[in-house]
Amino acid sequence: MSDLYAWAAIALIVVASTTGDVLLSYSMKRVGDVGELWKQRGALAVIGRVLSTPTFALGVAAMGVAFYSLLFGLSWGNLSLVVPASASLTFVANAVAARIFLHERVGRRRWIAALLVAGGVVLMAV
Amino acid sequence: MSHLDIESLKVSNVSMSQCFNTQLTFRKYLVLAGITLFSTAGDSLLARGMKDVGAVSLHNLPGLLLAILNPWVALGILFLLTFFTCYMSALSWADLTYVLPATSLAYVLVALVGHFRLHEVISPTRWLGIALIAAGVGFVAAGPSLTPRHAHDKRPLHDAMTEEVKL
Repeated sequence: MSDLYAWAAIALIVVASTTGDVLLSYSMKRVGDVGELWKQRGALAVIGRVLSTPTFALGVAAMGVAFYSLLFGLSWGNLSLVVPASASLTFVANAVAARIFLHERVGRRRWIAALLVAGGVVLMAV
Repeated sequence: MSHLDIESLKVSNVSMSQCFNTQLTFRKYLVLAGITLFSTAGDSLLARGMKDVGAVSLHNLPGLLLAILNPWVALGILFLLTFFTCYMSALSWADLTYVLPATSLAYVLVALVGHFRLHEVISPTRWLGIALIAAGVGFVAAGPSLTPRHAHDKRPLHDAMTEEVKL
């Protein structure tokens, strides 16, 4: 039963952190290259533009949900199950979500990279 | 060009020049290294500090606020804020599917710090995991950091980008 709770927490972590990453990436692409913006308009303009992007706040909120799900997951399941399972599934989920929602070109190179890293994370926790 | 793309070009006048910069400059590599280093250092400092503070339960929320007074925790939070700034900066000029694998060396770093500083034993399986992550990082880092936003577009990368700039 506690296993079921742990996997529910893992699913929540994966969904929330993928949502957060996609929203934050989308926001920062709208803001544009912050290095260039900094040079042209200064630091305040960068901060102002980031904070005035509505999806940025949503992304941070989703990251908050992911963080608290991790805390609950850790109280229900083992550290050695929850952390690697959620981390490696998040890599794969992010690749899928970035392709669908951000229209990134996830070519063979990036699929292999995401799968290698996800596999490596699992092995490191064994 | 969808409505979304046009809007994003209007919002940001720098995204035009950004289309050409798929090769990263030295400074951008420093930002990626910053993500790796600051997240590792921040997590380690938090873990070190929470050992002093002890277990915090949801029934003891004031304890969670007091944890910030611990110098290790305070420093850890400062490092994690720096990490978040680097991460947001990287996402402004590189794809999510590039940044995430490229900065996953943090996992390897934690293990190596444990091995060489804390004399933890690393099993063959963990060494294999380290090798897989390193290979994944190499794979993604050798490719382009930013791709145009057309998933259905099968033309070579360069053509698609030139068109995006002409627009």
